[in-house]
Amino acid sequence: MTDQTASNSHGTGPFIAAIDQGTTSSRCIVFDRDGRIVSVDQKEHEQILPKPGWVEHNAAEIWTNVQEVVAGAIQKAGIGRDDIKAIGITNQRETTLLWDKNTGEPVHNALVWQDTRTDALCKELGRNVGQDRFRRETGLPLASYFAGPKIRWLLDNVEGLRERAEAGDILFGTMDSWVIWNLTGGAQGGVHVTDVTNASRTMLMNLHTMKWDDKILTSMEVPAAVLPEIRSSAEVYGEVTGGPLGELLGGVPVASALGDQQAALFGQTCFAEGEAKSTYGTGTFMLINTGGKAINSYSGLLTTVGYQIGDNKPVYALEGSIAVTGSLVQWMRDQMGLINSAAEIETLASSVEDNGGAYFVPAFSGLFAPYWRSDARGVIAGLTRYVTKAHIARAVLEATAWQTREISDAMTKDSGVELTTLKVDGGMTSNNLLMQTLSDVLDAPVVRPMVAETTCLGAAYAAGLAVGFWPDTEALRANWRRAAEWTPRMDAETREREYKSWLKAVERTMGWLDDES
Amino acid sequence: MARNIQSLERAAAVLRLLAGGERRLGLSDIATALGLAKGTAHGILRTLQQEGFVEQDPASGRYQLGAELLRLGNSYLDVHELRARALVWTDDLARASGESAYLGVLHQQGVLIVHHVFRPDDSRQVLEVGAMQPLHSTALGKVLAAYDPVAHSELVESERGSFTVHTVTGLGRIETTLDLIRARGYATDIEETWEGVASVAAPIHDRRRMPVGAVGVTGAVERVCKESEPLPGLIASVRDCARAVSRDLGASRF
Repeated sequence: MTDQTASNSHGTGPFIAAIDQGTTSSRCIVFDRDGRIVSVDQKEHEQILPKPGWVEHNAAEIWTNVQEVVAGAIQKAGIGRDDIKAIGITNQRETTLLWDKNTGEPVHNALVWQDTRTDALCKELGRNVGQDRFRRETGLPLASYFAGPKIRWLLDNVEGLRERAEAGDILFGTMDSWVIWNLTGGAQGGVHVTDVTNASRTMLMNLHTMKWDDKILTSMEVPAAVLPEIRSSAEVYGEVTGGPLGELLGGVPVASALGDQQAALFGQTCFAEGEAKSTYGTGTFMLINTGGKAINSYSGLLTTVGYQIGDNKPVYALEGSIAVTGSLVQWMRDQMGLINSAAEIETLASSVEDNGGAYFVPAFSGLFAPYWRSDARGVIAGLTRYVTKAHIARAVLEATAWQTREISDAMTKDSGVELTTLKVDGGMTSNNLLMQTLSDVLDAPVVRPMVAETTCLGAAYAAGLAVGFWPDTEALRANWRRAAEWTPRMDAETREREYKSWLKAVERTMGWLDDES
Repeated sequence: MARNIQSLERAAAVLRLLAGGERRLGLSDIATALGLAKGTAHGILRTLQQEGFVEQDPASGRYQLGAELLRLGNSYLDVHELRARALVWTDDLARASGESAYLGVLHQQGVLIVHHVFRPDDSRQVLEVGAMQPLHSTALGKVLAAYDPVAHSELVESERGSFTVHTVTGLGRIETTLDLIRARGYATDIEETWEGVASVAAPIHDRRRMPVGAVGVTGAVERVCKESEPLPGLIASVRDCARAVSRDLGASRF
């Protein structure tokens, strides 16, 4: 992302700042009342890979970077504390940290959501029930992404930690909690909180009560003393206090926290039941607002909290993720060498009319939602002499579209709600052919909003609502601008035929590995 | 037969000497190998270095082939790459101007619309990506013809249709307009292509200052113009956007 201190006019303030503590970098964006970007600052942090499958972050480095990017964005915007009405936070979800509440020192690097070291522990926790043991309470399957088992791993593996935790000297947090605790004073009175969306990814919160679940805490052997207080996604948690940021922004309310995908849902203003967004990056995350109902999924989706504004009732969501989308294009570029840049996939794919009969199912590490088959591996099906690299490029783009269709079908099956429109964001939305294909296979309009930074925008919106900068969600809807819309052009017969071929190709990926359970 | 230019022959010899494998040579090696005075060899190397065809290793002072040579054989900018780079800036342009924004490139004898951002007012609009526009009457087309010699020759050779009473089709008047566009850095189309519609556009350059496309806004003439001239704020927004995209292309190519 480039420095976007646009020279053309934006409002004169006041403003809302949003911090996005992401997997590869931390950023801060300042927004004006119309939701336009005023300034951006960003800094990457180190990915620590101690062993295959292990991924860690240095939380002290992240906190330093967060302070730098906040100061940087404020400085680029040329504004001060009186112009900033609130700070909001969005973050990489599930990444787990434990720290000493007296010194503020992390006791270990943060275990990143991608880290798979808790695979065996998760199997063990499933006992005779399997990976759905806690699904009814938490909406999640036992998988290595989620925070609860990561806390357990740290308590079991860092010497003396369990004793210190039980003595009440240790705090747990996902990155929202870490950033808020530090912003509000750290060891000198920082508030130890998390929001419902982040808490819903720990596997420790009961989705129906929005409280930590004592039974699960006991099963996972996590002492309640380490846990933050669960709060709504949009309320004033505290004020910026102490440190260099205290000098710059002391007294500014810290007023929102949302996991990144939920923040994007909020930034896309999906406030009504049935509204959905899909974020197309290296992988893809699709969330649909299911209103006040936590819908149990029988199709391999996750049930999660969408957001909660202050004292209002929480709003739930169903989530489906696709592991390989943009990364398949990168694979075509880096491993196959068929294109020079990611954008060129569209040029290559556009040189032919259709896929020439070829289908590409990128089950590189198994099939995810709605199949969950770890014994599957990638397949290119339907090859004939006629097929060229351009047809394969087309099949690559179609793979993202069909996988979205499968998630969307699963959502309809679970919730009974038909998708009316899909709001999209993320890097791949610059691919016109993909967006058209998506609309064709979903048989629904696909719309792209004008502000691409929906994640930060969502955090800013929630913080702004909490301090009355925006009056209500209707005002936020009024800010939403359609930048582009793609409508279906494919006839029903073709769509059904192609979907059938795709599903046949998917079938051929399964059972490739012999000994995987 | 015309005489060859000696300094170009020498430059070609230097490049050949450096070509092949991971070759790095010092100034005296190059001068000796080619039988040139050191000063002459240095002059050639310095010029090649300025053009990016040769790079000097800062530590050893030795010379090697530059990245620009790679680009020569692979220099066209993919239009989808252009769209990806322009995305945030054109969104901002539409927001700032309140009008729809377009990105166009030369394609055959016209302008191919490669990106379109809706006017930010919630009205129903249709995506016009893939549409073709004429070179001689639209703001995007005129910008391309003013800056890109290939577009210029296409304009000269193409049939120039008359779409409204304001369309200019005579070459003489068009050339005068193109001069003005080059002097001002932007082009306009005030009801020359569509009745009641006006546009402003500015050129996008890549890092070698080659014109690669044009970006502009289009809207109702009543909103875009005042006293038959586009609003200065609108012109500034369009030019800001064009500069931002150009900067992005320059900063990150290779």
